[in-house]
Amino acid sequence: MAVLNNGSAPASVEEAVPAATISNAYKNWYRFSRNPTAVIGAVIVLIVISCALFAPWIAPYPEQVDNFVDFRARHLPPSWEHWFGTDNVGRDVLTRVIYGYRISLLLVVVVLGLSIPFGVMLGLMAGYFGGWVEIVIMRLTDIALAIPPLVMALAITAVLSPNLMNAMIAISVLWWTWHTRLIYSITRTLKTQEFVEAAEILGASKFHILFRELLPNCVSAISVKATLDAGFVILIGASLSFLGLGVQPPTPDLGTMVATGADYLPDRWWQSVMPGMAILVAILGFNLLGDGLRDMFDVEDVR
Amino acid sequence: MIEAPLLEVSGLTKHFPIRGGIIQQRVGAVRAVNDVSFAIRKGEVFGLAGESGSGKSTIARMVVGLYRPTAGTVHFDGSDVSGLIGGRDYRKQVQMVFQNPGSSLNPRRTIAQSVAVPLIFHDYPKAKIADRVAELLEMVELPRNFAIRYPHELSGGQKQRVAIARALAVEPRLIVLDEPTSALDVSVQAKIIDLLAGLAGELGLTFLFISHDLSLMRNFCSRVGILYLGRLAETGSTIDVFGSPAHPYTQALIGAVPVVSDEEAALKPSIPALSGEIPSPSRIPKGCSFHTRCPFAFEPCRQIDPEFTIVGQGHEARCHLLEERTATAATVPVSPVERSAHP
Amino acid sequence: MNAPLLDVAGLSVDFATYGRQARVLDGVSLQVRAGQHAALVGETGCGKSVTLRAIMGILKSPPASIAAGSIGFDGADLLTMPARQRDALKGTAMSMVFQDPMTALNPVFTIGDQLATIIKYADRRMGVRRDKQGRKQRVIEVLDQVRMPDPERIFGAYPIMLSGGMRQRVLIAMALLNEPRLLIADEPGTALDVTTQAEILALLNDLVAARSLALLMITHNLGVVREMADYVYVMYAGTIVEHGPTEALFERPSHPYTQALIECVPKLSGTSTFKGIDGTIPDYVDPPVGCRFRPRCPHRHDACFERPPNVTVGANHVAACWLRQPAEEVA
Repeated sequence: MAVLNNGSAPASVEEAVPAATISNAYKNWYRFSRNPTAVIGAVIVLIVISCALFAPWIAPYPEQVDNFVDFRARHLPPSWEHWFGTDNVGRDVLTRVIYGYRISLLLVVVVLGLSIPFGVMLGLMAGYFGGWVEIVIMRLTDIALAIPPLVMALAITAVLSPNLMNAMIAISVLWWTWHTRLIYSITRTLKTQEFVEAAEILGASKFHILFRELLPNCVSAISVKATLDAGFVILIGASLSFLGLGVQPPTPDLGTMVATGADYLPDRWWQSVMPGMAILVAILGFNLLGDGLRDMFDVEDVR
Repeated sequence: MIEAPLLEVSGLTKHFPIRGGIIQQRVGAVRAVNDVSFAIRKGEVFGLAGESGSGKSTIARMVVGLYRPTAGTVHFDGSDVSGLIGGRDYRKQVQMVFQNPGSSLNPRRTIAQSVAVPLIFHDYPKAKIADRVAELLEMVELPRNFAIRYPHELSGGQKQRVAIARALAVEPRLIVLDEPTSALDVSVQAKIIDLLAGLAGELGLTFLFISHDLSLMRNFCSRVGILYLGRLAETGSTIDVFGSPAHPYTQALIGAVPVVSDEEAALKPSIPALSGEIPSPSRIPKGCSFHTRCPFAFEPCRQIDPEFTIVGQGHEARCHLLEERTATAATVPVSPVERSAHP
Repeated sequence: MNAPLLDVAGLSVDFATYGRQARVLDGVSLQVRAGQHAALVGETGCGKSVTLRAIMGILKSPPASIAAGSIGFDGADLLTMPARQRDALKGTAMSMVFQDPMTALNPVFTIGDQLATIIKYADRRMGVRRDKQGRKQRVIEVLDQVRMPDPERIFGAYPIMLSGGMRQRVLIAMALLNEPRLLIADEPGTALDVTTQAEILALLNDLVAARSLALLMITHNLGVVREMADYVYVMYAGTIVEHGPTEALFERPSHPYTQALIECVPKLSGTSTFKGIDGTIPDYVDPPVGCRFRPRCPHRHDACFERPPNVTVGANHVAACWLRQPAEEVA
């Protein structure tokens, strides 16, 4: 049902200059801004990102981040001086949480930065070329998808030495598969659209068709998927650290903090609950934003 | 025929394999196009008419080189181009306008970017591309400022104009029009057809026009071919085929067209309505493929696939009734296919 | 003449789109009597599907809201009657033949299941008692009426096993199951091939005539209108610009839009001119003042900035145009 027509009412085709056109950007913004959960998600994500970017200026005690010990201030409960309390060596938990977001987001950026381009490229190729290329890439993807990412990451970090760098590699090794799957299914549908056939007839190169015709049509799906991914990457990173296979102390990582604080449960709960809450809020923020973007772009394939 | 045809298609056949089972082996074939031959002279508009499953779009895609024929040849300007899936010279000569203006333009690229694609890939001087795009938009009667718009900001008719501009960019000699107006309203369709007719005269273009709309074909084409299940049932000049359709299928097809005036209704052949529906191209009936629906079918039709019978100058049809008639014309001057009105 | 079964009067519908109001239907009036085959014809975006949805009560609100008018059915206003009462009419007294035979049937249920369920719900609402066997009998009876070969077998078939034309017959059967008095057909036959379409249209015509149902069909195909309808409403940009008996309307189209539209249809006689209609349908948020066709009309003049009167140009033949004189004055 085409209710809105984009043309005004020109007297002839030559004068056909639509006056009352609503831009796509405005439509998207309109839909997004009327979706309260999406807006909440966006606000949380913005707060998390600014914490990470401006940690030295925001954190109340930036000097207490890592190698700092003040035994007089150990195990202080939340107060006006220390909103989230202090830990077992007297460091301000809020400060460490804010710095912890830096590590988490660094993990997200590196993991997605490595896996998305790789996964998207394979997905485009499998979807567009079909035949043997498709069979090889997609069977490989199926095998990789069968391995739980946390188990794989545990195995890799256990073999290599446990540190941030190896944790990132371990997570990236499997992460691309999801993007390959997604882009493959989108490309398969796009490939039959006439604009792709048109480009072929017009003499365009394979490179042009993959990256100039197909890729731009995957961008909204990729951005939704990446936003949803961010939450999961934070969670997996924190899980690795919690198990002692990720970031090592004294680097302020949320998972490590939960693990260390767990020794003092339940009386000194703030040491693990506060960083735990920080993980929860960040993941919630990314998920809400991702769902909002999905509704806005109207891409159903992304899960 | 004095002049050599611009496009000559002979014995063109395309079978798509049906795969099944665990190892995706070939279990059958969709016989989309079967032994189709026709020729288009320079400056002519040749129409291919048919219903769903008639193979008309598959023929279009073989002519532009998107599909490789299973058998048969496509000759363009005297040279064989049937194997040239990516031949650059041929790409410049033959272009296509698609059915659906909504999906034939990339939604994420501006009009200028879409129109410029063929220019970039055929080494058009970079500095002149913007001017050429503006010139092309002018040719299809769109304002220059459309260059920076995206497809969703345009109406269906305007998008189809852009698709035409893009096809014209490399100055082709033949344009394949695959149902270019079937997704448009009649008022917009009229404008697009008018534009195409104007361009054909101005630029000396040749068209292969694919459609299911017979009334449109009657007005736009100089010669037509009627397809049924991947085979040509009848070909000839538009005036002959519409004025005295020889094949029962052509008669039924013209008879089924809903018209808007008594004058047109009088032109329709009166033939009993067809029963049943078009069989699937994966299970084409033996003998004459039309015999399952033909009101005049008799014994030979179920066994032998008829050959073309010449019924007039450049007008031929594939039907056993016509063979009978030509064979017995001297003794029994009875037409087995009566029509209600003769123009 | 009997009273109209369906009487839409001055119907206006607004759509909220991105914070703005668009008047998508502007004072639409149309009547369909029992035994009459009426057609509502117009191009893409003219508001014909909105009219259909408003009549069937399936307009999504928001964004749609009914701003004015009434939809009378058998003397009662559908818009003011209690929702329960209105729901009871749907699928029984008024029913609809859907446009797309490929998507209107649920692929995971058999034809018989889907049709029997419709009877079951209608029976429940109407308080009729009928057992499973009775429902099956009724389904087979209707399948037979739509000239379906071997209805017993079709009863157990899944939609995928049927061709497009057969599915279209199932959809017609579906609409006739509960003996409706008003049948609405959305673009009948347009999804089918021309030879199959001819067969389906003839069938629909026979079925409607035999039951003397009121038929309202909605279509963009003027050829189909001429073959099927005895009365035509021409719609442009949410307004009825002309209505009249089919023959009169095709012989003497009186609104410039109707004239141009008929002119645009390619003629089998090969005499088409392909002039087309300049411009595009207006933006409903900010439609032209006065006659909505004014910016595209070749005969526009100053008077057209006022809303045109409905001028009677012949027997039951009305055009909303400033150029027309009432029939008596012409004569």
